[in-house]
Amino acid sequence: MDAYLEGILILSGINLIAVMGLCLLTGFAGLFSFGHAGFMAIGAYTAAIFTKMLGLPFVFGIAASAVSAAIVSWLIGMATLKLKGDYFCIATLGFGEAIRLILDNFQGLGGSRGWPGIPASSTLLNIVILDIIGVVLIANLVRSRHGRNMIAVREEELAAQVAGINTYKYKMLALVISAAYAGVAGALLGHYMTFIQPKMFSMVKSTELTIIVIFGGLGSISGSVIGAVVLTFLPELLRVVDKWRLVAYGMAVIAIMIGRPRGLMGGFELTPASFRKLFAERKAAREIKAASRLYSDDDSAQGAGR
Amino acid sequence: MRVRKMLFVMLAALVLISCGGTKQADVIKVGWFGALTGDQAVWGNNEYKTVQMLFEEMNAAGGIKVGDKTYKLEVIGYDNKGDAQEAVNVVRRLTSQDKVVAILGPNASGNAIPIAPILEAAKVPDIATVATNPKVTVLDGKVKPYNFRVCFIDPYQGAVAAGYAYDVLGARKAAVLYDVADDYSQGLREFFNQNFKAKGGQIVADESFKFGDVDFRPQLSKIKASNTDIIFMPYFFKEVALSANQARELGITQPMMGGDGWPSEQLISMGGAAVEGCYFVNHLDYEDPDVADYKARYKKKYGVDTELNGYLVHDAVLMLVEGLKIAGKVDGEALAKALEKVDFQGITGHVRIDPATHNPTGKDAAILKIINGQYVFQQKYAAK
Repeated sequence: MDAYLEGILILSGINLIAVMGLCLLTGFAGLFSFGHAGFMAIGAYTAAIFTKMLGLPFVFGIAASAVSAAIVSWLIGMATLKLKGDYFCIATLGFGEAIRLILDNFQGLGGSRGWPGIPASSTLLNIVILDIIGVVLIANLVRSRHGRNMIAVREEELAAQVAGINTYKYKMLALVISAAYAGVAGALLGHYMTFIQPKMFSMVKSTELTIIVIFGGLGSISGSVIGAVVLTFLPELLRVVDKWRLVAYGMAVIAIMIGRPRGLMGGFELTPASFRKLFAERKAAREIKAASRLYSDDDSAQGAGR
Repeated sequence: MRVRKMLFVMLAALVLISCGGTKQADVIKVGWFGALTGDQAVWGNNEYKTVQMLFEEMNAAGGIKVGDKTYKLEVIGYDNKGDAQEAVNVVRRLTSQDKVVAILGPNASGNAIPIAPILEAAKVPDIATVATNPKVTVLDGKVKPYNFRVCFIDPYQGAVAAGYAYDVLGARKAAVLYDVADDYSQGLREFFNQNFKAKGGQIVADESFKFGDVDFRPQLSKIKASNTDIIFMPYFFKEVALSANQARELGITQPMMGGDGWPSEQLISMGGAAVEGCYFVNHLDYEDPDVADYKARYKKKYGVDTELNGYLVHDAVLMLVEGLKIAGKVDGEALAKALEKVDFQGITGHVRIDPATHNPTGKDAAILKIINGQYVFQQKYAAK
C-alpha cells in the first residue's frame, strides 16, 4: 500500500482508539475532559519503558500502558470526580499540562528533547485489530446495565442518584476505561513515530480528541469512528489549498457543526439493525412510489384515452 | 451532456500535454518541509523562499549536470506546523507520492528525528537545516544512513559558549535561565553547564521557565542575588527580549549570552537597549563577504531581509547539488552515499561531512556582539 495513505490510516486508527475512550466519558457519562493527551503521554512513556528499556514484546507494552493510565486516572478521579460540571473539565486540563511539564523536567526519559529510537512495532494490522476490539468492547458496555447507568448519570445526575445508582462509581468507571484507551493510543503512537516528546501531548492534542467526539456526535459510537477517520484525513486532504489549509480545516468543522449541531451522527448509531431499518424504509418508499406510479400511469392512460 | 464530454476531452488533453512537458525536460524533484504556519513560520517561509529562489536561478542558468544529462530542479514544499506527527505524514507523502530524490529541512530537531525510519524505508536522504540535536543523525551510537545536516550540533554550540565565556570574557561564575519545555533550550543548557564546569567555572544559578511565560522576574531576582559574572540564555529571541528587558529593570548589569535562537530582526526592535553589549553564538558572521551576495539577492527578490535559516538552507541546496554531481545519477541511495563524500565551500563555511556522524566537520562558530543595535562580528571561535 502507498506509504502516505498507510500512514494516515494508522494515525486515524490511533486517534480512533483514544476517541473511543473519550466517547464513553463525554458521550455516555457526560464528563468533558481536556486532559486526555496526558493519559496518552503516560501510556506512550510506559510502553516505551517496557519495550525499549526492558526489551519486552509490544503486547506487554500495550497492556502496561493501559494499566498505568488507568491507575493514574483512578487517582485523579478520586481527587476530582466529586467536582461538578465545568470544574472537572478544568481539573483535567490542569492534569494534562502537569503531566507534560513533569515529562519535560524528567531527564531520565529524555526530557523535552524527546526519546528517540522506540521500536517501530505499530503496524496497520495490529492497530486495526485493536480498533475492532476497542469498538466491540465499548459497544457492548454501553448496551449493558453499566452503560445504561452511565447514560442515566449523564441525563440527570440527581435523578440517577435518587434511583439508587452510585453516580460516583459510574463516573469513575467511565474515566478509568477512557484513560486506559488513551494510554493504549499513546503506546501505539509512540511505536508508530518511534519517537516521543512531551510536546506531542499538549493541550492541543486533548482538544483535538474532544473536537472529534463532538464532531462525530455525542453518544454515538459510529459517529466517533467516522469523526476520527474524517478529521484525521481532512488536514491532509486540504494540502491542496496550501497555506490556507488550517483556515479551511476550521471552516469545514464550523460548517458541519452549524449544519448538524448534534454532530455528524448525533443520536444515531450505525448498526446492522439500523441498516436493516434504513433499507426496509427505502424499500417501503420504493414500493409506495412504484405503486403510485402505477396509479398515475393508469391516470395518464385514462387521460390519453379520453 | 455534450459540453461535459468536451470538457472531459479537453481536460484529458491538458493532462497529456502537461505530462509530456515534464518528460521532455528532465526534472529532479526535491522535497522541502517545515513550518509555514504556527510559531516557527518565520523561519519556515524563509527557508522555502530561499530554496525556490535558488532553484529558479539554477534553472535559469540551464539546470544542473548530473552524469551526462542536464536536469532542471523542482521543489515540492509542504507545511507541517512544526508538528512531529505532520512531519511523518509529509515525509511519507514526499517519498511515496511525489517520489522526490531528496528532502531539505526541517529546522526543528523534534521533527527531524521521527522521519528517519521512513527515509530508510524509501531510501531518500534528508538534509536538515538547523536541527542541532545530536540524535538527528546518530542514534544509540549508530549513524542514520539517510539523515544529514549542514549545521553544527548542540554539544559543540554549548562548548563554544562556555569556552568563550570562560576564556575570552573571563567569567568564572555563570547563571543560566532556560526554557524547560523546549528541547533546544534544554540541550544547550546541558552542554553549557557541562563544559563550563569542566573548565573550572561555577554555575551559581540554574533557573527555568516554560514556553509561553512572559514574566521572568522571580527567576531573574534569584539570578541577581547569585552575583554572577555572566547570564546564559539559550532560548529564542522573543523570550530573550522580554527577559532581557526585565533583567535590566531589576538592575542586572552583567552581560548576557545566547545561542543561535537569538539572531532576528525582532530581537533588536523588541530588546532595544536591554540587549546592548550581549553576546551570542551563531552559525555565521552576517558581514562576512561570502554571505553578502545571497543576502542581497534575497532582499532584491522578496523585499525583506533573510533570516538565519536561509543561509543554512542555501548551503543545504549546495550540498545536494554537490552530492548529485558525485553520485552521477538521480537516485536516492546513490545520493546518500555521495553526500558522505561532499567537500565544498558554502556560504556558512567549508562543509565536509563526517561519514561517522553525518555532521559537517570543521565549521567554526561565529561570536557576535550587539553594539548600537547591530550584530558585530567578534571572532570565529572553535571549541577545544
